[in-house]
Amino acid sequence: MTERKKILEVKHLKQYFKSGRSTVKAVDDVSFQIYEGETFGLVGESGSGKTTTGRSILQLYKPTAGEIIFEGQDISKLTKRKDQLRFRRNAQMIFQDPYASLNPRMTVEDIIAEGLDIHGLVKNKQERRQRVEELLEVVGLDKRHASRFPHEFSGGQRQRIGIARALAVQPKFIVADEPISALDVSIQAQVVNLMKELQEKRGLTYLFIAHDLSMVKFISDRIGVMHFGKLLEVGPADDVYNKPLHNYTKSLISAVPIPDPEIERQRTRIAYDAQAEENDGKERSMHEIVPGRFVRCSDDEVEHYKQVAASYE
Amino acid sequence: MTERVLDVKNLKIDFHTYAGDVKAIRNVSFHLNKGETLAIVGESGSGKSVTTRTIIGLLAQNAEIKGGEINFHGKNLLENKEKDWRNIRGNEIAMIFQDPMTSLDPTMKIGQQIAEPLIKHKGVSKKEAWDKALEMMKAVGIPNAEKRINQYPHQFSGGMRQRIVIAIALICEPEILLADEPTTALDVTVQAEILDLMKSLQKRVKTSIIFITHDLGVVAGMADRVAVMYAGEILEYGSVDEIFYNPQHPYTWGLINSMPTLDSEELDSIPGTPPDLLDPPKGDPFAPRNKYAMKIDIEQKPPYFKVSDTHYAATWLLHPDAPAVTPPPEIQRRQKKYAEMIKKGKLN
Repeated sequence: MTERKKILEVKHLKQYFKSGRSTVKAVDDVSFQIYEGETFGLVGESGSGKTTTGRSILQLYKPTAGEIIFEGQDISKLTKRKDQLRFRRNAQMIFQDPYASLNPRMTVEDIIAEGLDIHGLVKNKQERRQRVEELLEVVGLDKRHASRFPHEFSGGQRQRIGIARALAVQPKFIVADEPISALDVSIQAQVVNLMKELQEKRGLTYLFIAHDLSMVKFISDRIGVMHFGKLLEVGPADDVYNKPLHNYTKSLISAVPIPDPEIERQRTRIAYDAQAEENDGKERSMHEIVPGRFVRCSDDEVEHYKQVAASYE
Repeated sequence: MTERVLDVKNLKIDFHTYAGDVKAIRNVSFHLNKGETLAIVGESGSGKSVTTRTIIGLLAQNAEIKGGEINFHGKNLLENKEKDWRNIRGNEIAMIFQDPMTSLDPTMKIGQQIAEPLIKHKGVSKKEAWDKALEMMKAVGIPNAEKRINQYPHQFSGGMRQRIVIAIALICEPEILLADEPTTALDVTVQAEILDLMKSLQKRVKTSIIFITHDLGVVAGMADRVAVMYAGEILEYGSVDEIFYNPQHPYTWGLINSMPTLDSEELDSIPGTPPDLLDPPKGDPFAPRNKYAMKIDIEQKPPYFKVSDTHYAATWLLHPDAPAVTPPPEIQRRQKKYAEMIKKGKLN
């Protein structure tokens, strides 16, 4: 196997939020890596901490503890404004709600060009307009749309504007937080296909956050499964989906409805008891079960998971 | 012969807006058999929610029913006065809404909310209704029901709230349950629980369900029959197996094709967007986005062609003179499976 370059490394990330007297451990000791040019899918149910993880990586929150290393540099230690700006140019975000994430009082041109202005990437108005028109065409919109406002677009079109905005500063890495869950089925496929195409053409790396497992499996090279702030399993997308190791992953996958009546008639759901699995006082951390596949478990559970992995062969 | 509990014929509904009249429902006909689940699938704006809201008399102020009838117990529901509706709603026809966060009254104890329809419709005493409510809470799987019956909606999670909504809808044992995207706001594991619950309660209460959703996976698991809606029309309807394994309309092909399956390498997306219903297309409404469209699709609305006794599709491709087309590979795979199922007699 060729040595792949890590673009992002998350080490023991913790993100706690104080709420009154209690503390919510939204992300609790999460570690993973993302390789250049791949799509890493992060799945989990609401409240699992997947969105918080994505936002912490982009420094939208200040992490409680842990390191986020982007291209070899710990980004929480970037003190110079110049370095911070460079990171923000390299790492962009596509948001979930295409209705809430575009400023209704700005034209499409201003929305897309905001990053260009901040980073000083265009010299004059003419060049700015030209770049925006190029980007609109890249995402499959008409360049005449540049002077319109967000309310004039459908959900799918707005998400394309969101993608154009993220692409404007030519990032290497994009966090896409549920980019398709607000869209209709036929439009979802359009946006996913566009993201795939852009990845191939521009060598982008994605962190794709979603709760829709079948779509995540389709777009991702590798998948991480989160539950209650913890990352429970990481591995190649096909393996995690078809040969899940952790009981929670099994339960999650057994709940995904498949558009095939015969499969649905034979469905057996697997229940997951979080209390029994996670509150038994055992120290758990990520262990590599088989090459490339990790499970959060205690030292004495490793053997059990190796057997689970072997049972699929 | 299966008994029909509901018969919708040639329903036409317009919405008056500043921009003009939106022709939201354009000649929709379907029926609901006793005890079955009919799924209506479609994208936003296809008219699936408007259709169900008409059945329970909850249309917006700016809606105008331009024609058609909805027959229930030998009566046309469209002639109902508000007083008539009040006797039907929550009693003979009940509804579950998409968002369990907003469909409960935040100022009322949930016990009261579950008991209310019984007191109102069945003339049951408060005490007896409260006992029935408690029983219902247990039936929908709310743990610790004796204590929780006195709590308020904000004290429950999303999944639990949707269970409460289901309890309210089913307490009068309605003949028809309308479920408008009842699990869309829920996590997949919770969704699976709620769907299982609905199936088991349906058997117990013997209610017929109209299930509105855009999720074909959910349809495959829940429905006996499926109607595919697009731009205010039903383009295809049939048994769940007929729609999933032998679809005929290119829009149904496109919908199935745009969902990733276990081993799909590529997603075939449907290009473009649905038509503007201020000025609906003359012919097949899907024609502008349909790569199989012929000239006639744009000019003339196709009638329903019969595929089987239970399966009809409105596409000119089924006309005897139409050229043969090759459906997308995923559809061919499904049609092959269908042929095998017929051979083995495994069809539902």
